Amino acid sequence: MVIRKPELRGKPVVLSAKDHNRVVITAASPEAEKEGLFPGMVVADSRALLPELVVMEDKAGREMRLLRGLGEWCIRFAPVTAVDGADGVGGSGGAERPDGLILDVSGCPHLWGGEEPYLKQILKRLRAIGYHVQGAMADTMLAAWAVARYGKGYPIIAANGQAAALGPLPCQALRIEAATTERLQQLGLARIDQFISMPRGALRRRFGAQLLHRLDQALGHAEESLEPICPVEAFTERLPCLEPIQTRTGIEIALQRLLNQLCERLQQEGKGLRTAVFKGYRVDGKMESIEISTTRATHQANHLFALFEIRLATIEPALGIELFILEAPKVEDAAPAQTTLWSGSAGLEDNGLAALLDRLTGKFGAGVIHRYLPEERYWPERSFRESTDLRETPSTSWPTDRPRPIQLLPHPEPIQVTAPIPDYPPMLFRYKGVLHKTAKADGPERIEREWWTDAGPHRDYYTVEDESGGRYWLFRSGHYRDDHSPQWFIHGFFA
Amino acid sequence: MIAKRELIRRLQEELLPLQGFRPPTAGARVDMGLGPVAAAFPRGEFPAGAVHELISASPEDWAATGGFVAALLAPLMRDGGVGIWIGTRRTVFPPALKRFGVDPDKIVFVDLAREKDAIWAMEEALKCEGLAAVVGEIRDLDFTASRKLQLAVEKSRVTGFLVRHQPRNLGTVAAVARWRVGLLASEPEGEMPGVGFPRWKVELLKVRNGRPGEWIAEWNNETGFKITDHEQTICLPLLPASQNRLVGYSQAGAAG
Repeated sequence: MVIRKPELRGKPVVLSAKDHNRVVITAASPEAEKEGLFPGMVVADSRALLPELVVMEDKAGREMRLLRGLGEWCIRFAPVTAVDGADGVGGSGGAERPDGLILDVSGCPHLWGGEEPYLKQILKRLRAIGYHVQGAMADTMLAAWAVARYGKGYPIIAANGQAAALGPLPCQALRIEAATTERLQQLGLARIDQFISMPRGALRRRFGAQLLHRLDQALGHAEESLEPICPVEAFTERLPCLEPIQTRTGIEIALQRLLNQLCERLQQEGKGLRTAVFKGYRVDGKMESIEISTTRATHQANHLFALFEIRLATIEPALGIELFILEAPKVEDAAPAQTTLWSGSAGLEDNGLAALLDRLTGKFGAGVIHRYLPEERYWPERSFRESTDLRETPSTSWPTDRPRPIQLLPHPEPIQVTAPIPDYPPMLFRYKGVLHKTAKADGPERIEREWWTDAGPHRDYYTVEDESGGRYWLFRSGHYRDDHSPQWFIHGFFA
Repeated sequence: MIAKRELIRRLQEELLPLQGFRPPTAGARVDMGLGPVAAAFPRGEFPAGAVHELISASPEDWAATGGFVAALLAPLMRDGGVGIWIGTRRTVFPPALKRFGVDPDKIVFVDLAREKDAIWAMEEALKCEGLAAVVGEIRDLDFTASRKLQLAVEKSRVTGFLVRHQPRNLGTVAAVARWRVGLLASEPEGEMPGVGFPRWKVELLKVRNGRPGEWIAEWNNETGFKITDHEQTICLPLLPASQNRLVGYSQAGAAG
């Protein structure tokens, strides 16, 4: 947290979260802990103790995300890394927050010149970023865990030296339940070496099987498991060229090959891409790129190729392109049924339609495709809303109880009228220089403005048919008043 | 003599598929509810899976044409089909389509800046077999472009409507029919005052191998079309006068 916001450095910072109806501290910075604040304390109390305290809201899973990120970063040091406590590693039970990383370093330290420089290097790099870290290395995970958290001496424990290293540590270092710890302390067994050599039967009888299991794990007699972090591999394919490519045919072949590779991978993983970027690195150091997007996740190479083909002419190879890269920054799960349905018809779910819309957006850019859903509002211009998702279905039905014109003008246009007051449709009106005589009329239908969004007069709508059969939607804006008569507008044409 | 007439009839039947009138596959037959209008077409049925051209001159007729197209879309989209409405200056008000039996949320509107793009988009849309109908508001297009649309339709069997408002030239277009829909004054329902149901004068100006005619259509949003013959229906012989031209054209089409 402090790394992200440098201005917080050196200040006491706590993270808080709601627990029932109190706000409690979930994590405290070293500066805050120095002032006597601890996780679990009520924020109001800690504010009283320390008025300058910075309280920030905690988000669920924040540590987990941070540790996963660090774990992925640590893969540079060891091939197998895991977040401690991710799935209750070691089965400690209870709601323990993940607070550490476990690295399986078998066969790695010699690359850094031995165990000591290796551990030092890891810790130095992490501390340089700004984390407060402790590290230890041991034969067993639990021993390393204990020494890293409670050890005061040398952090690297020699092979089979766990028993000696654990000896001076407090009994909490075995990751046992709080109740067991308490009982051990009541009996005066505060340090591990005080009970490590006691008869197992006696220990089991008094403290349960967990303590023995932990001891075995720490000494390497029982097995421990860990769930390694598998970094998500980005969907990227690259194609270096021996000779710079200058022709369109060459670029097309490169694109086709990259698409086939990428789509094969997507298909195997049951994914489809929503956006893809095709980049070409030119000999002169410049980069050409084209981007496409699809309305639905897809891994159909020929469809994607058609989308790219529309834009392919914008690539300028100049002296030639020596490296092609195809990236899929946005990838979603795609239903595996997609391939079998390719030729079927299913309304808006139709694959052909999705492909068509992709081609249209590919050629003309986003924003040319509109689909509308009903909205429960009376103001005509707002009686429908745009939907971006083809699968979205209307939540209300389209109303048919009121007359609505088939052609609606983008903006109401003023007309000159002769209308009797107070509430009659016009007898005559002039629109674009043509005089229309009213033969039949319906109305008025008063539509009030939505006062919470905009202010202005209401509209009184009339359906008017003139003598030649033209049907119009006219409205009067506002009331008649003594000093002025309201303006009339034409808003649409009925079929 | 009878043998000759029979021969001509058989030849006509053979020519129809070449001109885009293919017999609908079983189960794909759609009843457009057009009644007597359908009789003007060869085989007496509305040719779905073809491109229809509709022209209008005034904004009032434009609205009538929009209503007529929407009323024709409804049976085509009945089984959850999807329509595409392509245009450059779209003014159609989506909620109003519901009154003509079309679910506005089943229509995808494509608004483009240029006429040329709209023609391209319409051709692409007509190639897409999953669609029920394509409406293109395109003012002007040349014969080659319309021929491309017709070819796309012949393969995919999608119904296309080429809505042309205030066209600048009315040259030949490779469409199965050319319609003109104009507004007529509504008829009051009994003693009810006010504006009645939409009433249009539907003119079939050109129809390949059919009988052009004129009808009065009234649209009721519950019962659909009510179509009556216009007083002066133009009756033409079954074969158009320029039979040779038509045959020649069809050969040219087959060769190209």
